[in-house]
Formats: sequence, structure tokens, C-alpha cells
Amino acid sequence: MNTEDFDILKTGIDYLDNAATTMKPKSVIKAVTDYYKEYTSNIHRGDYNNSIRADKEYETTREKIREFINAQSKEEIIYTNGTTNGLNIVVFGFMQHYLKPGDEVIIDQAEHASNSLPWIVLSKKIGFKLVFAPLDKDYKLTVESIKNCITPNTKVISIAHITNTIGDTRDINNIGKLCKENNILFVVDAAQSIAHTKIDVQEDNINFLAFSGHKMYGPTGTGILYGKKFLLEKIQPIEYGGDMNTEFSSTGDYSLKELPTRLEAGTRNIAGVIGLGAAIDYINSIGLEKIHNYEISLHQYLLEQMKQIPNIKIYNPSTQGTIVLFNVDKYFSQDVAIYLNQLNICIRAGNHCAKMLHEVIQDNSTCRISLSFYNTKEDIDKVVEALRNQDKILDTLV
Amino acid sequence: MDANVKRNIILDNYQNPSNKGLPDSNDKSYTKVNSRNESCIDNIDVAAKINNEKLEDIKFDGEACAICTSCTSVMTKQFKGKTLEEAKEIVTNFENMINEQPYNPEILGEFNIYDEIYKQPSRKKCALLPIEAIKKIIQNDNNRS
Ligand SMILES: Cc1ncc(COP(=O)(O)O)c(C=O)c1O
Repeated sequence: MNTEDFDILKTGIDYLDNAATTMKPKSVIKAVTDYYKEYTSNIHRGDYNNSIRADKEYETTREKIREFINAQSKEEIIYTNGTTNGLNIVVFGFMQHYLKPGDEVIIDQAEHASNSLPWIVLSKKIGFKLVFAPLDKDYKLTVESIKNCITPNTKVISIAHITNTIGDTRDINNIGKLCKENNILFVVDAAQSIAHTKIDVQEDNINFLAFSGHKMYGPTGTGILYGKKFLLEKIQPIEYGGDMNTEFSSTGDYSLKELPTRLEAGTRNIAGVIGLGAAIDYINSIGLEKIHNYEISLHQYLLEQMKQIPNIKIYNPSTQGTIVLFNVDKYFSQDVAIYLNQLNICIRAGNHCAKMLHEVIQDNSTCRISLSFYNTKEDIDKVVEALRNQDKILDTLV
Repeated sequence: MDANVKRNIILDNYQNPSNKGLPDSNDKSYTKVNSRNESCIDNIDVAAKINNEKLEDIKFDGEACAICTSCTSVMTKQFKGKTLEEAKEIVTNFENMINEQPYNPEILGEFNIYDEIYKQPSRKKCALLPIEAIKKIIQNDNNRS
């Protein structure tokens, strides 16, 4: 649905790599170009109209995001350049000063590099224990599995709401409750869920939440770190510079601004943030629930079709969501992706930055189709037809 | 060469590669190098035994696409028994073929099945990956002697 809002989809591509990044609707592109064409200026430091306008748009996005995830206050919304940036601020700005040797942090093997490598690096440095909650037989992460890993030493649980490979939706509401009951900090990587399903940071007891603008129809280089105010206040910035300080002198004295500016050093991605505001408006104009329901039914259709194609191994056949992870027998994932590319079909092949997952699924590399609401049944019919003609993969070799 | 013939040779080397499987890691007579592409997922290990300036044996292992795997398989066959000088000559000509420079097809043997890979720029690096590996091995040997 709403395919007409995306000029790029008129170029004939069958775009099925939405977990990597999403297309941008006209309204987002317009918001960004309007800023560049009509009122380019810096924020927080101008006394002239264009700067005042940029300032206003920039801060309006913050309020839109606050409302979108139901944070308590605007100060809890920090602009970042993406999920990776947000999670690294959590790990190296907060956890580095919070965790002690002997503490335990729970993650799992399906996590993206950005929610695993920072933890691995910090755990080596500090000596806390990184615990991997086992995935079930369908490679999903259940509340039970996490519950079984909790000990009196558990300080943090850090998981993806939805992973970018198996694509299962974790029950963050009940995991959040567990965290609250056991005095555990709950960190959620919402990169894959923010554009597809509702998140309520208060209802779900989330302490830190990170996501990227580019996976929610917004510009690249934008992202959000949400944190409960009392926690964000304890973060030691990993970047110092302009805008975030109140004063400093050659004697070495300095003081920093209040939240959120304290954590936003230097000139920010103003155009991107304004575009992100337009992306939120766009999602709201359709309605997240409507998007969610449509995507679930489209995914169901895709899965049913794919299950009927011979010689295809699907790794997540029981998962509801937007992702189908698969391999075509005898063919390396990348050969399949290159074949589909010749038909103008965009999918992803590889390990999808989740390099620990192969320890569980036993295959290093897979093909991934990931959907968005602007995909249609015709898009799916096209890729299904192409995969039925898998003998043609050979033709692309020479 | 007919496209179908090429395709079949590629497929055969992909699905039943020659010299696949690395020597025992305790066998110090082999030099082993890893070769992988930054931008894709091809990842191969190549091990070669050099004696008297000659490539006595070559083996490989790893995970890679059809072009990369088949080309590595072809390479192990083409280079086995060649002197280092001969190998360097083949390397240069192979690279020239991939990069659309003048080359001598006579000495490339089965490698000639890749003579049209230049038409698919994204595949060039897949074919060059095993060659990078053998170059590193020859280089290592030069450094040693
Ligand atoms: C689950 C998950 N977490 C984190 C990220 C990282 O997002 P970014 O690259 O925008 O920082 C991704 C992106 O693929 C992801 O899928």
C-alpha cells in the first residue's frame, strides 16, 4: 500500500531489503531539501529567522519522537547517528562506569554486531560475564530462556526487540517486567522494530532504547537514544565539544549543559533530524497498527508461497514478522542475490552482521527477504517466480 | 568458448571442487594464507607447499560464491607443479584478462572460462580472490629466501 508515495519504487526495482534500510517517501525528501533550499542555518546559536526556524523544526522532531515511543519527557530523547552510535553510548558512556568484575550481562547469539561487539569489548576490559541466553529450536528467544539465565549478579539484559535475521519479536513487555522485579537494567535494540510495531518505553519498562532513522523511512545518519532521565544523567559523554558545555577555562574547570544537549556535542545532523520528523509524521499518517497488520499478512503470503518452492530451506518458517531467511539448495547465497539482481530484485545475502548466529543455525551465509508496507503481492509473486526458476541462477555465472 | 561449456566447467568446479580441504595444521611444509573480500562474503584459505622454487601442492578451503570457489579450484589444478616464475606469468596474464588488458590465452588453460567476467564488475573481485592468495604465498616465499 501507499507505494505511490515513493518515487524510487517507480524505477522498477522490487525492493525486498527493508531490514537493511527503507526507502524515503516524498514528504521526507521534501523536508530535507526544504531545509537546504530555504533555511539552511545552524541551530542553538542564531538570532535570525532561518536559524530560529531550524531550531524549531529540530526540537519539534524531539517531541514527535517522545510521543512516538511514549517517553516521559523530551530530555530523554538524544539524537545520535544511528543504532550503533546509541548502543555504543550506552555501553561505553554508561556501562563502562557502572559494571564491575563479577557482574553479568545477558545477550544472545542472534544479536547484531552493534549489540554484541561493544559488550564483548567492554567485558574483556572490565571482566564482567557476558551470558548468552539460549535460543529455542526455532532460533527464537523466549522469556523463559532469559528467566533461566538470571542470577543475583545479573545487572543488564540487552536484546533486540526484533532481530534482523530470524526476525522474531521478543516479548519485551514481559522481559521488561522481569527486569523491573529483579532490579536489572533493560536495554533494547529497536532498529528492526521501530517502523513495524508499537513500543511504549514506560509500559515496557525499558531503560535504554536505540534505533536508526534510516530504517523508519527517515534519512541516513540519524538515530535516537532513549534513556530514563536519571540514567542519561549518569552517562559520561563519549564526545566533548561545542554546544554541550556551559563553560570551560584554561585552568581545567568545565561544566556541561543539561540533558539532552549535554550528550549532543558539535553540529548535529540538522537536515536529517528534520527529515526524521517528517518520517514520524508519515508513519503516523498511515498508522503503525495498519502498517503492522498489512505487513503481517503480506509476510504470511510470502511464507506460504516460499514453502511451496522446491529446494529451498527456510530458517524461520514459524516466525511472524517481515523477514524470511533462506537458502537455495546447492547455491551460495550471494549467487542467488546476484541472480535476483539481474531481475531487478533486491535482497540481501551474507551473515547480516549477526556473526554469532551461524554458531546456532550451522550455515554461515543466508539469503534474506525483508518486507515493508509499500511492497505488494506482485513484488512477492515476482521473487517467488524467480526462485521457482532457480536453474537460471547458473545463467548468471557467465 | 561456448557459454554452456564454460558454465558447466564452472559448475563442476563449484560443486565438486578439486584440492578442497586444508593440510593438517601441524604440517609446516605448507604456507597458508587467508583471502577475503571487504565488500562481500567470500572467504577462502589457500595452502601451498613450495619446494625448489616449485609449487608442489596447493589446497584450499572456505566458503565462497560459485565464481570464487570454482576459480580457486581451477587455480589449484593450474598451478600445481609450476615453477614460481611460471606461476607469476600466469598470475599477470590472468589479472590482465580480468581487467581487460592484453593477455596471452595460451598459458591460461582452464582459466579461460573466466574471459567474460569483466562484463560483471561485481564478479571480478570474486575471480581475483584466489589469485590474491597465491600472490601472497609467492611473496612470502620471496621474502624468506
Ligand atoms: C537489529 C539491528 N541492530 C542494530 C543495527 C545497526 O543499525 P545502524 O547500522 O543503523 O547503526 C541493525 C542494522 O542492520 C540491526 O538490524
